[in-house]
Amino acid sequence: MSLKKKDLLGIKDMDAEEIGEILETAKSMKKLLLAGTKRTPHLQGKTVVTLFYENSTRTRLSFELASKYMGANAANITASGSSVAKGETLIDTGRTIDVMGTDVLVIRHPLSGAPHLLAQHVRASVVNAGDGMDEHPTQALLDLFTMREKKGRIEGLRVAIVGDVLHSRVARSNIWALQKLGASVCLAGPTTMMPREIERTGAAVFETAHEAVAGADVVMALRLQLERQKSGLFPSIREYSRFFGVDTGRLRLAKPDVLLMHPGPVNRGVELTSAVADADFSAIDEQVTNGVAVRMAILYLLARREN
Amino acid sequence: MRMKLIIKGGTVVNADAGPGVPGAPYPSGKLDLLIENGVITEISERIAMEAHGQAVDVIDATGHMILPGLVDAHCHLRDPGLEYKEDIETGTASAAAGGFVAVACMPNTEPVTDNAEIIKYILNKAELSGYVKVLPIGSVSKGQRGEELSEIGEMKFAGAVAISDDGRPVSSPSLMKKALLYSKMFDIPVISHCEDLDLADGGDMNEGYVSLELGLRGVPSVAESVQVARDVLLSEYTGVPIHIAHVSTEASVNLIRDAKRRGVRVTCETCPHYFTLTDKACLGYDTNAKVNPPLAGEKDVAAVRAGLADGTVDLIATDHAPHHADEKNVEFSSAAKGLVGFETAFGLAYTNLVLTGVLTLAQLAEKMSRNPARLLKLDGAGAITRGGPAHLTIIDPERRYTVEPERFLSKSKNSPFGGFTLQGAVAYTIVGGKPVVRQGVLLE
Repeated sequence: MSLKKKDLLGIKDMDAEEIGEILETAKSMKKLLLAGTKRTPHLQGKTVVTLFYENSTRTRLSFELASKYMGANAANITASGSSVAKGETLIDTGRTIDVMGTDVLVIRHPLSGAPHLLAQHVRASVVNAGDGMDEHPTQALLDLFTMREKKGRIEGLRVAIVGDVLHSRVARSNIWALQKLGASVCLAGPTTMMPREIERTGAAVFETAHEAVAGADVVMALRLQLERQKSGLFPSIREYSRFFGVDTGRLRLAKPDVLLMHPGPVNRGVELTSAVADADFSAIDEQVTNGVAVRMAILYLLARREN
Repeated sequence: MRMKLIIKGGTVVNADAGPGVPGAPYPSGKLDLLIENGVITEISERIAMEAHGQAVDVIDATGHMILPGLVDAHCHLRDPGLEYKEDIETGTASAAAGGFVAVACMPNTEPVTDNAEIIKYILNKAELSGYVKVLPIGSVSKGQRGEELSEIGEMKFAGAVAISDDGRPVSSPSLMKKALLYSKMFDIPVISHCEDLDLADGGDMNEGYVSLELGLRGVPSVAESVQVARDVLLSEYTGVPIHIAHVSTEASVNLIRDAKRRGVRVTCETCPHYFTLTDKACLGYDTNAKVNPPLAGEKDVAAVRAGLADGTVDLIATDHAPHHADEKNVEFSSAAKGLVGFETAFGLAYTNLVLTGVLTLAQLAEKMSRNPARLLKLDGAGAITRGGPAHLTIIDPERRYTVEPERFLSKSKNSPFGGFTLQGAVAYTIVGGKPVVRQGVLLE
């Protein structure tokens, strides 16, 4: 098994078969993790570099741990502590990392398309760890993995995604991914934070959270960037959480065995109440664990491509 | 230089000036032209070479179309100050290769072209190193800051043909009203780049499905039309004509059509990219497709074409906007906006408008020569007339070619049209009787 393309830039350009392959491989990786095997030879002799132009806890750490668990040489660079702060261009930074013998370059960047640009200029495989409002493909893959693990399937699931869809790369990657695997997607969020022509994605779009959540197998709340309030997209956090916050009452409209998800970090009391975030139907911690397994699978499948 | 030039065997295509217009252009047809000292002295079915002795230059235009020289009402030559992108020599070389005999350059230079001295600098440099005529446009406001009017009268007398703040649009409605009223004294046209910056909100491309797909910040198309509506109303209120630059959306075309119907003295232009490309050209984060106003949707492209066909859109300008590769080879959101247009404008117009039946070739001559010449009040340009200056563009209408930006004469190669196959090539560009492009090659 290996991936067809050099890079993993977005779910948009992947087919169901490639997604399935990553999810299958992640299953074995998770077994290793659960067995406590944190030293495998899968990536021995390989070098994985994470290049982060934005803050991140879970994504960066899970890539780093995934690399280390599989025996890779792992290094990370952040924008503030590197030549980026001295005004070096993305292409120049990427080439520098590339020619030091990097096999996989994991990038997070505030501007959409940055990983695509980088991928054109480096020999290493590029993994998109989140670019602007475009995609966060490894998040969607770990979300799919979690849903499949908990629900046994993706096809036929009804997944509600609630919140700021406009600015969310997690929402975009999930919209593409879920529909490729046969799930139906229901969106809800303030109309000022819903992209124009969103219906063309194939997702059903609602103006109230309860319509989207009704009958859902999975409810995914999106992180609200609180500073959006200042740009006038919604009047107050209080009003946002009243109309779009996911709480026990709203979740009662979903299927009885609903699964609650959130990409983290959570603004407690805003997009989720603590009561639901910590409930037994919440998969938030599981998502984080699965993130390591899925990223192990991705790194492994990309790194062995060259052999 | 030989003083006499005969152009034999070509077909003259003139924009129709209508009956009774003084100095009316010769009707279209297969005609020979005699040019002496830069002036067309004879137009007839056959001009005998023998009668003109040895000292005569002859161009065999058999199978070719002879158009009044193309005039570009909107370009950026980046000189002074941004010569790493383009300068007057390379810019006019590129323009000549594209068939233009005169180009009007926008004032967003460094420093801004907001005073008579810079107008004179541009004209002097064009005199020394330009291949075609350069027509400087002065800024509406000092430093294009949108606060105080520039010395419009001084610039007019130094040779400015129009005023515009172009890409730094005049946000204040009151300043635009003053600019219209003030410019009236000097009979100098006001060109408005319509963009409501508050609505555009720093977006990267047209807001729509493609921006959603790419996760790029969208500019709503209404950012253009809101300002078109404002400027049309200001023109109507003051009674002073206004010219709207690079119209790109359906709503703008509709607003201008309605305004013209009720007699508002509004004219407008579009650019080849707005009748050729949609926002899908941005897919793959192609920064060469990043331009302002942004490439729009299919219905906008259709509306622009319909506007050209029914006369709502008066002229085609290039908005030639050279940028260095380093300014394009970056993240889409960090990339400079604009594309080079001189060397593809005619081919795109011929291929996408004439061959598709949107315009006749004579109508294209109106849009690319007569109407821009009228807007900028250029004496004698825009038509082929006996006694008029010999500004001519000769086209080979059959030649098909692939666009290769790396071969452009412009210093910059930022074109989204690389690899396009076009038909209709510029064979000769003749400025004041002097061929500057001959058989498709620039004469150094």
